Amino acid sequence: MSKKIVLVFKWLFLAIVLACIYLPIMLIIVYSFSSERNIGGQNGFGSFTFSLYSRLFSNSSLMEATRNTLIIGVVSALLATFIGTFTAVGLYYMRKGKKTVNFLSQITVVNAEIVTAVGFFLLSIFLRDIVKLPVEKGMAWLIIAHTVITTPYVILTVGPRLNQLNPNLYEAGLDLGAGPMHSLFTVIMPQLIGGMVSGFALAFTLSLDDFVVTNLNKGTNVNTISTFVYANLRRNLDPAIRALSTILFVVVLVVLIVFNIIKRNKEKSASGSK
Amino acid sequence: MGDDRQMKEQRVFDKIIEVKNVTKIFDDTTVIDDLNLSIRRGQFVTLLGPSGCGKTTLLRMIAGFMAPTSGNIYIEGQDVTAMPPYKRPVNTVFQKYALFPHLNVFNNVAYGLKLKKIPSGEKRTKNGVTVDVTRKFTKAEIAEKVNRALKLVGLDDYGHRDVNSLSGGQQQRVAIARALVCEPKVLLLDEPLGALDLKMRKEMQIELMKMHRELGITFIYVTHDQEEALTMSDVVVVLNDGLIQQIGTPKQVYDEPANAFVADFIGESNVISGTMIKDFCVKFLDTEFVCEDKGFAKNEQVDLVVRPEDIKLYPENSDKGQLAGQVLSTVFKGTWYEMEIEANGYEFTVQSTTEAKVGQKVRLAIEPNGIHIMKKLRTVNEFIGEVTGENWVDFCGGSFEINTFVDGVALEKGTSVKVYVPFDAVELTDDEDDGEIGGNVTRSLYKGNYYQVQIYTDTDEDFYIDTTDEWDNDDRVGIKLNKDKIRLEVIAEDESDEA
Repeated sequence: MSKKIVLVFKWLFLAIVLACIYLPIMLIIVYSFSSERNIGGQNGFGSFTFSLYSRLFSNSSLMEATRNTLIIGVVSALLATFIGTFTAVGLYYMRKGKKTVNFLSQITVVNAEIVTAVGFFLLSIFLRDIVKLPVEKGMAWLIIAHTVITTPYVILTVGPRLNQLNPNLYEAGLDLGAGPMHSLFTVIMPQLIGGMVSGFALAFTLSLDDFVVTNLNKGTNVNTISTFVYANLRRNLDPAIRALSTILFVVVLVVLIVFNIIKRNKEKSASGSK
Repeated sequence: MGDDRQMKEQRVFDKIIEVKNVTKIFDDTTVIDDLNLSIRRGQFVTLLGPSGCGKTTLLRMIAGFMAPTSGNIYIEGQDVTAMPPYKRPVNTVFQKYALFPHLNVFNNVAYGLKLKKIPSGEKRTKNGVTVDVTRKFTKAEIAEKVNRALKLVGLDDYGHRDVNSLSGGQQQRVAIARALVCEPKVLLLDEPLGALDLKMRKEMQIELMKMHRELGITFIYVTHDQEEALTMSDVVVVLNDGLIQQIGTPKQVYDEPANAFVADFIGESNVISGTMIKDFCVKFLDTEFVCEDKGFAKNEQVDLVVRPEDIKLYPENSDKGQLAGQVLSTVFKGTWYEMEIEANGYEFTVQSTTEAKVGQKVRLAIEPNGIHIMKKLRTVNEFIGEVTGENWVDFCGGSFEINTFVDGVALEKGTSVKVYVPFDAVELTDDEDDGEIGGNVTRSLYKGNYYQVQIYTDTDEDFYIDTTDEWDNDDRVGIKLNKDKIRLEVIAEDESDEA
């Protein structure tokens, strides 16, 4: 009897936790199909409609913010993946000072983001007014900032894969006649693809929903989704944002599912041929 | 004349690998110490020694993964010390295979071939200079070579297989095929069978020997397994502490070990301290024995080895045998009995086809050809130190109060001195803090009545100690010195530079 109670409680607890996690998202998804401009108005939910979705594509400033977000996300994540992977490989083969450099590279991960944000803000002014470089807050500056923020995360995802590698793998490449670069690209890199993809995904997501750094470094005319939402919160926030949020959530969900299917198939084929 | 020159060239190139005065130091630890070695073409050479003896380091320097701190390495007379591994005509089979996980078996083996450039005649440039032209292997050539290599290792139809789906033995075969397909002049094998189970290991040993015979290329094989070394090699190089202890055929290193270390490391053995009374006569365990060795100084302290199978047992009342003993234990080992027999305070290991019961009194006979005399590795500990004040000398990372009057003259501060510490002037303490300096036990060798223990200090020096207690390897211990027995000797200026 008591076993049953424990079991019921276990499931109940799990259900509550999951509900708490997903409730806000569910709310957005449900209300993205509402005809009402405001949630909790006199008309309640109103009627079911796709009007917010069509409205989304006609709001040019929101569309531009979305485009900026994607450009910054993709470009900075690509750069971070590239830089982070090479840094991780370099760190792995470092003999002296490995621990110190590893530690230094990970401090920004735990550092308060506001510090980084203000730092970049000041750096842009410092470079422009004191070093006299043509540095302008805006898209390019945001891409640089996001790359810097996300690179440590790529090191963090690629590093463990390197540690799992056979320590003689790179040497085996050299031994068979491949130069250092050739050995790196044909022997080591193929083993890191999984880590690089995870690193890219992580970097992209971090860039996607970054607000603190972006808001301080975006300049006057550039907006991303997060800064757009923030800027329009006091005034009339376009309810199309509910449609945009839903689309983002669904896209991420689909990517995640596809990822897992690919991974499972790979594992199956590896163990199946035994 | 022509024949002569050819002969000479043959002789020069007969040494396919030469290691000259090679030293390797890692973070203040000397791993290889001024080592010289030449390896003849076509031989199966095994580098044998306990872990940390420097054998893998030596192999890695020959492969080119590591540069010596000083010294040179030659392949076919060419200095390759600074040549990167991808240009050396050698290939390596790694301990843990190091196969490329993203490639199938075929592509793993083909990896080296795809990179290889082969000469394809000559070409005249515009300036009239002839240059050698190289090309890459064609797909068909690669396929043919890969399949032949896979056949050689018995994996004919495995080309399309994922390497992760293979067993350990199969993976090792792929690794061997991958190295051999490049047709190296020397194949380097770094404990290739270490990760396999016993049965698989025996099988692979035989196959490797067969491959060596058939291919005729030089094999350099690293192992810590003395049985493996004795079974497979033409030549065994026994290494310890970065120094070659002995080079010889398996039979030589077993029958005529150069020193107590080799005797103890290779095979079961009784290593005992003794004194050479005169040529062909040695005294140990208070008994004089006839032996076959000569050329030692009169009353020279020596080590000697008696193999367990060279001791014959006779009944207690027999007039044969030089020593009286009592059986402490006996174990049946399949075809023989292995017994521990105490005689004159030494515990002999004896192998015999007839059993003696525990407690039984016996007489032990050792024939002259069963005794092998060896020079003592060292009879006194020798260190370089510096006088740091009146009656104070620094060495081995510690400061010691030692009488600094040599020949009635006080040594000046800053003088470099040789410090001689006899084995019996050293005392070991369980607690490191009780000693004056600390160290790790690296070896404990039973020599009859006492153990010879080797301590490795934090300053990369070795202490030898004679003690009646047995100490476990890798134990952290303290070292205390009896200052009265320590002797100092001033080092001449020019000598101290060398040291």
